[in-house]
Amino acid sequence: MPNIFDEYHPLTGKIFRILDENGVLHEEHAPKFSLEELRGFYRWIIFSRVADQKALNLQRQGRMGTYAPVLGQEGIQIGAASAMQPQDWLFPSYRELAASMIRGLPLANIYLYWMGNEEGSRIPEGVNIFPISVPVGTHPLHAVGAAWASKLRREKIVVVCFFGDGATSEGDFHEALNFAGVFKTPNVFICQNNQYAISVPFSRQSSSPTIAQKAIAYGFDGIRVDGNDIFASYVASKAAIDKARSGGGPTFIEAVTFRLGAHTTADDPRRYRTDAEVEEWRKREPLVRFEKYLREKRIIDDGFAAQVKSEAERAVEETVTQVEAVPSHTPNDVFAYMFSEMPQNLKEQLALLNESLSVKREILFGDTMRHGVPE
Amino acid sequence: MAQMRYREALRDAHAEEMRRDNRVFVMGEDIAVWGGSFRVTEGLLAEFGAERVIDTPISEEVIVGAGIGAAMAGLRPIVELMTINFSLLAMDQIINHAAKLYYMSGGQLPIPMVIRAPQGAGQQLGAQHSQNLEAHFVHTPGLKVVIPSTAADAKGLLKTSVRDDDPIIFIEHEILYGMKGDVPDDNDFTIPLGVADVKREGSDVTIVAYSRMVHTVLEAASQLEKEDGISVELVDPRTLKPFDIDTVTKSVEKTGRLVIVEEDCRTCGVGAEIAASVGERAFYSLDAPILRVAGADVPIPYSRHLEQSAIPQTQDVVHAVKRILAGKAP
Ligand SMILES: Cc1ncc(C[n+]2csc(CCOP(=O)(O)OP(=O)(O)O)c2C)c(N)n1
Repeated sequence: MPNIFDEYHPLTGKIFRILDENGVLHEEHAPKFSLEELRGFYRWIIFSRVADQKALNLQRQGRMGTYAPVLGQEGIQIGAASAMQPQDWLFPSYRELAASMIRGLPLANIYLYWMGNEEGSRIPEGVNIFPISVPVGTHPLHAVGAAWASKLRREKIVVVCFFGDGATSEGDFHEALNFAGVFKTPNVFICQNNQYAISVPFSRQSSSPTIAQKAIAYGFDGIRVDGNDIFASYVASKAAIDKARSGGGPTFIEAVTFRLGAHTTADDPRRYRTDAEVEEWRKREPLVRFEKYLREKRIIDDGFAAQVKSEAERAVEETVTQVEAVPSHTPNDVFAYMFSEMPQNLKEQLALLNESLSVKREILFGDTMRHGVPE
Repeated sequence: MAQMRYREALRDAHAEEMRRDNRVFVMGEDIAVWGGSFRVTEGLLAEFGAERVIDTPISEEVIVGAGIGAAMAGLRPIVELMTINFSLLAMDQIINHAAKLYYMSGGQLPIPMVIRAPQGAGQQLGAQHSQNLEAHFVHTPGLKVVIPSTAADAKGLLKTSVRDDDPIIFIEHEILYGMKGDVPDDNDFTIPLGVADVKREGSDVTIVAYSRMVHTVLEAASQLEKEDGISVELVDPRTLKPFDIDTVTKSVEKTGRLVIVEEDCRTCGVGAEIAASVGERAFYSLDAPILRVAGADVPIPYSRHLEQSAIPQTQDVVHAVKRILAGKAP
């Protein structure tokens, strides 16, 4: 089997694709998935879409704060997350709903996060995923540190980090890649090049024709993948993860995709891109081609599709009910999670607060914290 | 006079200064095509073109650093940081370079640059996106810090800042962008740095507040007047560096009491500096200990009710004023 990183070296200008936008499978690098695995991918993409749309609805109804939709970027997320082993770690940015859920993060955590409940960032034990990171391009630094820890402990754990094209303009991003190259850390960097960083097109982030080629300068493999193709995304990620696990160092994957929705619910994409451009990309989005392939191969049918959809809807509705019943953090929590041991001044503030809780909680809380001096 | 929003006043200030001086240009993230996250720079691209209104890559360090370079080369950049939280990625450029080059070059390299940055809590954006960072900048020798609370102040102070030869951190409040106010039409309307504005005259207690807290205090002051007949004098310093300590001291000498209200957290905040300065100058005029009403010493919580609890509300100011009046020192 030829090494895809040589064959698709970024400077060849080639893009790695297995399932094309017409749903035609190109056999050469095609992975051998079981029918169950293929149906599993289908379940995930539908689940992700239902959850994503529900979040938008909740936001519109004022039941959720800002939300960053994932629509259109599920290909790379499903491919890469499925190629990870249970012991591997995922460092997401803020648009990785599909990848995060596949790695075991309950949808409830994601909803709680966007609802403004810090409980969302408390990750269940055994789920190897870091919380959502909103400062752009700053968490690849953490990912290389975590990978260094894995290397030091000889753990064979691979650390996968997701971010956007805009993130590659931050100095921190370059420092992370440089560190990874120098120390051959077991990292896989996945850049979802969804063409826009809020209103700014990729051409304003870099004059490199590809982002993948930046890896060459840091001394490791880079590859440009059709991020709307689950198969190619899986194969490239798997190769990169296997390489990292066996001591071959980091890999950079540029997943070419498109954000079909708004940047966040606070954005209006019509101010900076045309409907025609969006429609062009809609033809290439991950579900259309994958579903076409599955139906043509008779792997799924109408009945299966309907069942998957209604299961997803039910599960998402259950999650909404569940998260809306989760109490918000209290002032106590705010103090409790300030330091490993609470310092004297915060202890005093908290004691005063507890005394006054039964009276007029909100105002007294504010009062004791803000005035510092007891009445 | 024209009624306009804070954001529109800022935009007009940009446009007027760019018309007046072709060395002025503006750059930042999403500011040109999109018109800025808070729409302050809307319309500037159409009037001034893509060489003077620049959408940059997401690179805060180079936005500030290139601004410094352009300033040293004779231009007068206005750079926008999408929010002040992202200034943290440009801190070396701001603190180690912008603030020090004039000094280190023996006056040869002035940095006539304005760094505009929105800040503040109240939008439910979580701990990393809701900070107030003015104290960090005020603490740094070599930076001026401007922090307007009204549309008129925003316009007059931004125009002055652009004409000023020193590096300026110009801090806007995210909650104020939509707030309307009367703004003089005059193209040369400017407000000098370091001159406080008495936003409300009164005799019982002096309150010092800036940025969004000016409005919180105004609300508290009307309530106190109506319900308790207490007369509040509100001093808005408008610039934190230089700071108009004389106006504050004079007011304290008149009222004998000082409350300082700040949204930023309390420890080592601007309020601490003001309290110390007034203590040094007007200790014997004080009838009661100085009180601070400030944000809690915690990151701004994400959830709405906790976010509100962590920053001063109108009732907290009312409370503090009543306390300072009750606790008259012997
Ligand atoms: C350090 C920093 N600068 C600016 C921002 C504001 N911001 C939030 S998302 C975003 C665009 C990021 O684009 P990209 O990395 O391409 O990811 P995408 O949103 O397209 O998934 C910007 C500029 C931020 N959150 N952090």
